[in-house]
Amino acid sequence: MKNLLKQCVNAFEERTGLVTLFIGIARHPVPPGTGWLYVFGSCVLTCLVIQVVTGIALSTRYIASSGSTYAVLQFITHKAVFGNFLRGMHYFGASAMILLIGVHMIQVFLMGCYKYPRELNWITGVLLLFLVVAIGFTGQLLRWDQDAVWATVLAAEMLGRTPFIGKYLARFLLGGKTLGGATLSRFFAFHVFFLATFILVIVAFHLYLVLHDGISAPPVRGQMVNPKTYRAEYDKLLAERGVPFWPDVAWRDAVAAFIVVMTIAALALFVGPPELGGPPNPSLLASDPRPDWYMLWYFAVLAQLPRHMESVFMLGAPLFAIVFLLMVPVWWNKGERHPARRPWAVIAVITIVLSIVGFWIEGSRSPWSPKFDAQPLSAALVGTTAGPVAVGAQLFHDKACEFCHTIDGNGGQRGPDLTYVAHRLTVDDIKIRIADGGGNMPAFAGILTRDEMDDLVAFLESRSVDRHVQQSRAAAPSASAHSASAERTVSESPR
Amino acid sequence: MANDERKSEPREELSPERRAFLTWLSLGLSAIAAAVVGIPVIGFIIGPLLVRDRPEWRKVGQISTFAIGKTVKVSFIDSSPMVWAGVSALTAAWLRRLDAERFEAFAINCAHLGCPVRWLAEAKLFMCPCHGGVYYADGSVAAGPPPRGLFKYPVRVRDGQVEILASAVPIE
Repeated sequence: MKNLLKQCVNAFEERTGLVTLFIGIARHPVPPGTGWLYVFGSCVLTCLVIQVVTGIALSTRYIASSGSTYAVLQFITHKAVFGNFLRGMHYFGASAMILLIGVHMIQVFLMGCYKYPRELNWITGVLLLFLVVAIGFTGQLLRWDQDAVWATVLAAEMLGRTPFIGKYLARFLLGGKTLGGATLSRFFAFHVFFLATFILVIVAFHLYLVLHDGISAPPVRGQMVNPKTYRAEYDKLLAERGVPFWPDVAWRDAVAAFIVVMTIAALALFVGPPELGGPPNPSLLASDPRPDWYMLWYFAVLAQLPRHMESVFMLGAPLFAIVFLLMVPVWWNKGERHPARRPWAVIAVITIVLSIVGFWIEGSRSPWSPKFDAQPLSAALVGTTAGPVAVGAQLFHDKACEFCHTIDGNGGQRGPDLTYVAHRLTVDDIKIRIADGGGNMPAFAGILTRDEMDDLVAFLESRSVDRHVQQSRAAAPSASAHSASAERTVSESPR
Repeated sequence: MANDERKSEPREELSPERRAFLTWLSLGLSAIAAAVVGIPVIGFIIGPLLVRDRPEWRKVGQISTFAIGKTVKVSFIDSSPMVWAGVSALTAAWLRRLDAERFEAFAINCAHLGCPVRWLAEAKLFMCPCHGGVYYADGSVAAGPPPRGLFKYPVRVRDGQVEILASAVPIE
């Protein structure tokens, strides 16, 4: 039996040469000292395999028909055997892939691994980053629920800002002039054929380059990359101190890949895939579209931009980011690699990471969005149940003031906090602000009657520290110390 | 024996001109074959760009069902529905009756990035959930990032029915 197997392998090898090729790849020499920081590329590859495998499995049930997909996804999520788990794996696999690409890029950048002769590795990696974000976005749309529908419109509108050809790009994306039957099948084709093919081809090239140019040695302070001498130095290092990739180095990749798979599986099992929203009916408007978490920071950026530079930034920033990242190894392909000798590289990474995290937190809070579900203020908070103050408090809710302004922690955050507005503004100031609007506030002069204005102003004028202190004391005597503290804080600001 | 005979045969040397011709022949035929396959493929994919806008009048309700001065949401089939589109073929507009005969219909899409704006009847404002765009009852910008007012659809009244001219997703 053993002999028969050996004969089969030999015959296969004689006709293909693949066994020798595979052994050569597995045993190719790697510089010494590569540690756990070198496992992130393998982790990304692991995620890709998970995405391909779970994606193929899901495609055996998925139907890209805008009239049926929602029901099919409900079936996959709630009834199909392992359907919920596979959707979860696919979702968290995509999330992990994007996160790990970011970590891999940071590691490669900080350790100067993108320098000669690995410039093309970096460039293909940058292309993969944007392709993976694109395939992630199309994947979000394949959920084909209410949020997916509106996210599609949002993407079309953004593309529509492109000068001259924007309308055509948007129509290309939608598969027509309206969102509907052709849109979903188009996104399905982008997701599983176009983008997936590009990604697989570029990943193959990326891996080929890893083998061709070798894994970079850990950076050493003061050891410069010189394109004229690098190859000879690298070959000498491998000849003298190189270790075989399998199993001396690969075991770490295997351990890391195992952790990645188990983490994704655990998240899929215990957290599960994102629940579907409402049906994909564009005439249902009670939707609050948000991108998936990895694009939430960009959503926040768009919300912060001044109006006059919005279109330029919306289209120019991604373009600039792609070009800049592609040019990194062109501009800095030699010299020092060690991060301790490249402080600007470290500062750049820290700045970018902190900015993204900051915008991400802001995006998850979305303080610029009206709080449509704000409830009318309670009688205890208003302080009375009758008279102009009570009527004004009801108007504060009914006229949507509360959707954008907070009072004692209730309401939206788009506008200023009005908890102590009476300490900041006089009655006349308040009236002028309400009537004329300004900044991000509509003018209510044509909306409110005179009586409504008076009641609303009466309510706002009652929002003072004195009343707050009285209410707090009445509600909980023990809270008086805290209220006094609040009084001190507010009294410091000019009225 | 046969191998010996083959070895003794002179090598067939092609002239440079013939080599050039055969090179161009191979490349040319490949290009034509690629075009025969590729042009219909590309045409099929970019086909939606080649279709002309054909707005369609859609009935949205009896005129008597709309109160003067009120703004309500009306749903209708979009202008280019596919038979398999299901509920995705539906769209909507905010319809405002100005007087006995005149109506205004606003797109539900925020002029900022297309999110669905909501009509707040008490506040007489349209508000967008995405980035906080606000519009007055006449569709003009009240606050927030929208660069222009809400898009409008043409409206007409025929045989007691209010009709909206359904058209492409408003993109500028």
